[in-house]
Amino acid sequence: MPIVDLVSKHFGNEKARDLEWYRQQGGYQAALKALEMEPEEVTEKVMRSNLRGLGGAGFPTGRKWTFVPKDSGKPNYLAVNADEAEPGTFKDKYIMTWDPHRLIEGIIICCWAVDIHTAYVYIRGEYVRPFERLRDAVRQAYEHGVLGEQVLGKDFQLDVHIHRGAGAYICGEETGLLESLEGKKGWPRLKPPFPALVGAFGCPTVINNVETISHLPNIIEKSGVWFASLGTETSGGSRVFCLSGHVKKPGVYELTMGTPMRELIYEHGGGILDDRPLKAVVPGGSSAPVLTAAECENLPLDFDSLAKAGSMLGSGGVMVLNDSVCMVEALTVVTHFYAHESCGQCTPCREGTGWLDRILHRIVEGGGRMQDIEVLLNIAENMQGTSICALSDAAALPVQSYVTKFKHEFEHHVRHKECDVAGRQPALA
Amino acid sequence: MRESFEFTRENLAEFEDILRRYPVKRAALLPTLHLVQEQHGWVPAEAESYVSHLLDVPVVDVREVLTFYSLYHRRQPGRHHIRVCMSLSCWLRGATRLKKHLGEKLGVPSGGVSEGGAFSWEAVADCMGACEIAPMVQLDKDYHGNLSNEDLDRLLEETGGPREI
Ligand SMILES: Cc1cc2nc3c(=O)[nH]c(=O)nc-3n(C[C@H](O)[C@H](O)[C@H](O)COP(=O)(O)O)c2cc1C
Ligand code: SF4
Ligand code: FES
Repeated sequence: MPIVDLVSKHFGNEKARDLEWYRQQGGYQAALKALEMEPEEVTEKVMRSNLRGLGGAGFPTGRKWTFVPKDSGKPNYLAVNADEAEPGTFKDKYIMTWDPHRLIEGIIICCWAVDIHTAYVYIRGEYVRPFERLRDAVRQAYEHGVLGEQVLGKDFQLDVHIHRGAGAYICGEETGLLESLEGKKGWPRLKPPFPALVGAFGCPTVINNVETISHLPNIIEKSGVWFASLGTETSGGSRVFCLSGHVKKPGVYELTMGTPMRELIYEHGGGILDDRPLKAVVPGGSSAPVLTAAECENLPLDFDSLAKAGSMLGSGGVMVLNDSVCMVEALTVVTHFYAHESCGQCTPCREGTGWLDRILHRIVEGGGRMQDIEVLLNIAENMQGTSICALSDAAALPVQSYVTKFKHEFEHHVRHKECDVAGRQPALA
Repeated sequence: MRESFEFTRENLAEFEDILRRYPVKRAALLPTLHLVQEQHGWVPAEAESYVSHLLDVPVVDVREVLTFYSLYHRRQPGRHHIRVCMSLSCWLRGATRLKKHLGEKLGVPSGGVSEGGAFSWEAVADCMGACEIAPMVQLDKDYHGNLSNEDLDRLLEETGGPREI
């Protein structure tokens, strides 16, 4: 399956962020087309496309929009999730940096379909340069009547504001994001009510990832059926995979859904760094359960195939580990992140991530006990389904998969107080 | 003696502009704090009460938000601030080496400010969304990646000047 360029076409092209140039390439024609359709027709088309959320959860996009009530008497909002903080993920940065007008065009389409007149793009605070690019593009869009009182000359008003985060992974979780947008610390909200009913400022709100929104212009311009046909039966179109870790050519690769993992790593990624054997792959951001090299052998990259393999496609961040990696240390790095980023509202998550972090550090430092391995699994078990948001599960899943699939490494660490991986990475400092 | 903090006239206009983006005043808190940091380099305690007045938000709430988010500096950082990414992909590609080198080079542990105040640095657990250029650092507004220790030395020199370090 070839590499495609539905949303990555302009990556690296300095001209594309200029509105005039974007328009000359047919840009904003899809938005114009959408504005001439009935909003319901737009949603229908997106439903037919099998577009699924590319922020992590893979929820069908069109269906999500239908949850917004038609007659709440309140304004509706769109929150575009540009927090991009799931470890291993960096695609939205490319879209905002190189093709900001595609995102703006997608926002117009979504807002028309769901009767929204104010959209916020929540961008992580670290992304200063991508923020500047997007801000300039939004300004240009206002100046040229693409946004504002009459979008593209039509009887439709739309404002787009960019809201910068300030360094908190949890604000990528959709309700943490909403709290942060409202000027609070990013403590996720208990659901229900879901944001589609009670979201930003107490009003119905759609939350979609940057890449999800950026696929909309193509779907409107061509067709939902066309988009769906590119992918698998249940995941339409393509997505931008973020390939990193031990590969020769890390980077962004847009591939149709269902492309074999092997193709991504060996053809596009140039194979494993230093030509060492592949050991494991974390396929969908660091929350995704790790897969062994054997499990990756005939694995198509789409939401359902990854779920069947016991992991998830998540955010599209594919991290490759060669045989120099100590899995105990790798898990410690991953777990430390979750312990640091737990917002602390729920006891199983706050305490659980802390315990996991401390036990793992203890094992790495040579002070582990044999029962620690069972304790790790127990804690991870108790952290699932017992908390307000999915961070707790996201921290537990790697623990279960690393420990069960690479148990001998954990046991060796405990028994011999050291690692048995030949030529491994420098130890944690 | 407590100093006071005020927005410049230009930033006050920017602040008014921020307010117009949201249906409630409180929502302007994060961007307002960003603006304080842009003007002053960090967010001093005086600014907390100033922002609290501007937005009609209790000062404890301002403090709560300020301490929840990691990008706001509550103490004066160096003239340049460096974040070293320690997340998985960077770790796989040598973040530990980079972190160690930077600490030695600047002569202070993570969280510290180098002598003379040219640089402050921290090792961060969060992935910065730049794993394709691992190992990487953020220096002020920019990302720099694929860094050898020598690359990092060069970067420090270009930024702060050799004597400043
Ligand atoms: C802890 C946590 C962190 C998340 N971080 C992000 C993120 O950085 N970016 C993102 O788009 N979605 C993130 N999500 C998923 C969002 O909650 C939400 O599902 C998504 O933004 C919806 O958009 P989509 O349907 O277009 O994917 C995160 C979820 C959790 C539980
Ligand atoms: S699960 Fe963790 S991160 Fe999520 S709300 Fe609870 S404590 Fe916060
Ligand atoms: S792991 Fe360092 S940028 Fe992602």
